[in-house]
Amino acid sequence: MSTRSTVRALPTLMRVGFAEAVAYRAEMLVWVLSTTMPLIMLALWSAVAADAPVGRFGQRDFLAYFLATFIVRQLTGAWVAWQMSFEVRTGTLSMRLLRPIHPMVSYAVENIAAMPLRLVVALPVALLALVLVGTRSLPHRLLIWGVWLLAVLGGWLITFLANFVIGCLALWTGSSIKVMDVWLVAFMVFSGYLVPVELFPGALRTAVAWLPFRYQIGFPVEVMTGAYALPAALEMLARQWAFVLGLFLLALAMWRRGLRRFGAYGG
Amino acid sequence: MRKLGRYLRLLRVQVRSSVLLGLQYRADFLIDGAISLCWTTTALVPLFVVFHDRPVIAGWKFAEALVVVGWFTLLEAILEGAINPSLTAVVEHIRKGTLDFVLLKPADAQFLVSTARFEPWRSTNVLTALAIWTVAFVRLGRGPSPVGVLAALVLLGSATLLLYSLWILTVSAAFYVVKVDNLTNLFGSVFDAARWPVQIFRGVLRWVFTLVVPLALMTTYPAEALLGRLSPLALVGSVAGAGAFAWLSRRVWLGSLARYSSASS
Repeated sequence: MSTRSTVRALPTLMRVGFAEAVAYRAEMLVWVLSTTMPLIMLALWSAVAADAPVGRFGQRDFLAYFLATFIVRQLTGAWVAWQMSFEVRTGTLSMRLLRPIHPMVSYAVENIAAMPLRLVVALPVALLALVLVGTRSLPHRLLIWGVWLLAVLGGWLITFLANFVIGCLALWTGSSIKVMDVWLVAFMVFSGYLVPVELFPGALRTAVAWLPFRYQIGFPVEVMTGAYALPAALEMLARQWAFVLGLFLLALAMWRRGLRRFGAYGG
Repeated sequence: MRKLGRYLRLLRVQVRSSVLLGLQYRADFLIDGAISLCWTTTALVPLFVVFHDRPVIAGWKFAEALVVVGWFTLLEAILEGAINPSLTAVVEHIRKGTLDFVLLKPADAQFLVSTARFEPWRSTNVLTALAIWTVAFVRLGRGPSPVGVLAALVLLGSATLLLYSLWILTVSAAFYVVKVDNLTNLFGSVFDAARWPVQIFRGVLRWVFTLVVPLALMTTYPAEALLGRLSPLALVGSVAGAGAFAWLSRRVWLGSLARYSSASS
């Protein structure tokens, strides 16, 4: 599996992934509906901020924050853990192993290929946000937007790699859905998905800085809503990519060790 | 009457087989218990943050909001232990086409699929709910009134019926959208909003959560009953609403069943 052949296979894999996403569009819609939690939290927080702002957040800031959260969630989705767990349990993983391409790449491409459809959902929300909030709370420097792109990419990579690592656990235990559930709970609470991380009490906020979750959603959202000046944004970006690197190495190691235990039952 | 006896006997058989099946997975009990305990405590964090610098929100004190969370946790336990397992199995049946075997049996299909599997050992959250209520009422410095408890018990029944009806409606969708991991996810994420007193939401959303997806009837009203401030009208309305939902879900289930064309054949 040379790098060249992998690169040459990418366009085809993308097309297949996209066709699959289109075929299961009803499911996609259901998935999108199930990520509307930020909108519910928006209603909640606006009510809380109705008489006086919470921290630096007024009603309008919450509006910007949670609409951005919705958008970033659409762009950083990955569901490899469920896929791997299913494929290990049914033995269909062996089909994937036969292809001359690293499974990490093929999973990643499948997830990325669904992105255009998700953009279709995210764009109207972005426009709505622009109309409702105006451009005042957006960052004005182009460089910050460059950081934002990298932050979203990093956020997606963390989500994807964490999914992959947990998916690998299925090679030992047969199913890793439960571990994924635990991860998801922690993600929901500590990523800034339900509560802006800034509003956490002091000690908790320090703890969250050392966990990967914030870099999945909270950080890109904060960049998007203009919470950082450039130096601070770059520092956060460095931390984020440190997590990406660490998870990448962990994922590779887990895959290599786990695969030896794969028995392809049923397949 | 003979029919009722027959269904009761059937229920006993189904429960027995679930318990026997469950006894094989004893380790799961501990793992599930630990997981759901983590879940519940972690899920409390946003509540703490919201009430951090504000004693009262939309007429709810922190301790009162905790009572709502307690109801949410209890209903989650019922969902996990009694409703979820069976209905996930239905979805599998629909996907694989094995629902045929259920339909062939000489008993009501909805009854058979709804009682197919119970996992009471998943309901460790019942204990968590009791603990949350204890903390809440200690903080309030008073206990619930006997009338309140009685009303709350009635509402527990109607809330369970509502939860079950909503689930039947969700599963009915599986006849149309086949792959349903996502549907259970959707259900979970909508149900999650029940963690908050409905008065916190305004405008359309409150209306939706009271009448369309009646989360208010499941957690807010029972909590208000325990706190002794639920109007009798709301109590009657909740019970009637639960009945209406049950009727609707039964209609929809029968309608979807008529559309079912075995997947494999």
